[in-house]
Amino acid sequence: MLIKTNASGFDHPVPSEITPKGIYQSRRELIKLMATGATGAALAGWAGREAWAQAVPKPGKLAPLPGGKSAVAGALVMDKVTDYKDITTYNNFYEFGTDKADPAKNAHTLVTKPWSVAVEGLVKEPKTYTLEDLIRLSPQEERIYRLRCVEGWSMVIPWVGYSLSELIRKVEPLGSAKYVEFISQADPKTMPFVGSRVLDWPYVEALRMDEAMHPLALLTFGMYGEVLPNQNGAPVRMVLPWKYGFKSGKSIVKIRFTDKEPRTAWNKAAAQEYGFYSNVNPNVDHPRWSQATERRIGEDGLFAKKRKTLVFNGYEAQVGQLYAGMDLKKFF
Amino acid sequence: MISRQRLLLHSAAKPLLFVLCLLPFAWLFYSALSDQLGANPAEALIRSTGDWTLRFICIVLAVTPLRVISNTPALARFRRMLGLFSYFYVVTHLLSYSWFDMGFDVPDITKDIAKRPFILVGFTAFVLLTPLAATSFNAAIKAMGARRWQWLHKLVYLIAGLGLLHFFWMRAAKNNFAEVFVYAAIIALLLGWRAQQSLKKKRPQPMPSGRVKLSS
Repeated sequence: MLIKTNASGFDHPVPSEITPKGIYQSRRELIKLMATGATGAALAGWAGREAWAQAVPKPGKLAPLPGGKSAVAGALVMDKVTDYKDITTYNNFYEFGTDKADPAKNAHTLVTKPWSVAVEGLVKEPKTYTLEDLIRLSPQEERIYRLRCVEGWSMVIPWVGYSLSELIRKVEPLGSAKYVEFISQADPKTMPFVGSRVLDWPYVEALRMDEAMHPLALLTFGMYGEVLPNQNGAPVRMVLPWKYGFKSGKSIVKIRFTDKEPRTAWNKAAAQEYGFYSNVNPNVDHPRWSQATERRIGEDGLFAKKRKTLVFNGYEAQVGQLYAGMDLKKFF
Repeated sequence: MISRQRLLLHSAAKPLLFVLCLLPFAWLFYSALSDQLGANPAEALIRSTGDWTLRFICIVLAVTPLRVISNTPALARFRRMLGLFSYFYVVTHLLSYSWFDMGFDVPDITKDIAKRPFILVGFTAFVLLTPLAATSFNAAIKAMGARRWQWLHKLVYLIAGLGLLHFFWMRAAKNNFAEVFVYAAIIALLLGWRAQQSLKKKRPQPMPSGRVKLSS
């Protein structure tokens, strides 16, 4: 982007291009070695190249899914990215248990191959996509988003995917389509907690059409340059960085266009606590706790004060106009 | 029977129980230092200390029923220590919340307690438990008189209920009541036993067995 505005945020390269801490620290070691004359200059150059090549911070656990640089405003926040280990061991994914350690333990049973996503409802071109077709539908981009959970913690995650609007344009919604509904997989055989009475299954989430068309709304296939781990919603999920985490449905099998506001999973469970919009808003408290502050996982130490939560999770410049004139206390 | 009684009366029994009661705290402390509390150590500490408070309330409420049912009077000597450990864990729970969640910001904490019913209920339980802990020595029983002291310490039944409500309300956010029901069932059982005993006492009976056992 040539013209920078506040909305572009801090423009920095994808994480794989940032020199990791370990490397620049080891370079200093190298310089020290050279200064003491312990190694020849040629050898030092070779060692430096070796270190550089080894240090690309890919977890190396799953199939690679690289994402190119995104041109969408707000696509890359400047915050420090949360550790892969924290992102993959601290999850709310109730199909695999209610404890945040449960999904990492239980989600290995999820079968993600073959996978297909049915696009249906008020569209000109209803179609069932195989996962492979869906991945190829548009170029994958890396997006570094903040994620704010309704429980008061947050992370920064390098996702890989493309704007949901790319898919919506392809399937051509009818003029009567006002909402998009995301239905998650609900297979009691592979998801042990489907059937528990905590929520109505399948898990349903939804957006207003203009929200769904916003370029920040990401149809997500990967994370950290690799395909999504099961506990993070493999093989395809939504990511909506300006909303509380539970608005982003995981392991999606159906995308449906409707004319009526869908009843969403948490809204059905406790309407007075979880509204349809659920935009991150430090000024509207959850009935049982404050939403004014949050704890950044892996970064804010035990004794650090929690950090202030930002309106729309810091994406106000990009998404604020979607809600112009709405009373956000009423439409929480 | 006799050997069990002897074991419980052994001079090492109390120190051993003391160490056992301290183990959860030691484990939490060690895990916090060695970074083994997962991605959100603050939350893990606040929740674990709360869990242990409820567990100790259950344990201390179980002492009298166990003593009577198993006819093991020696169990009574551990009740005070278990009660004080309930208070120890509720204090660590409150401190963890005030420190790790609120950064010891007193105006913020006051606002939070007043605004959120579930915190208010938990805090009330803590406040009510304080005089019980403060009168847990022999001179206090003497000074207050056994009847008044007993009346005061019956507050623990109310405190157990408040603790449960606090936990229930916290979990209501996620509709996740399985664990709450386990604690509720245990506490209901222990309080139900007492209710049944006091009914037995009131009814004239040919053999006043309940009373004799209780005072043994």
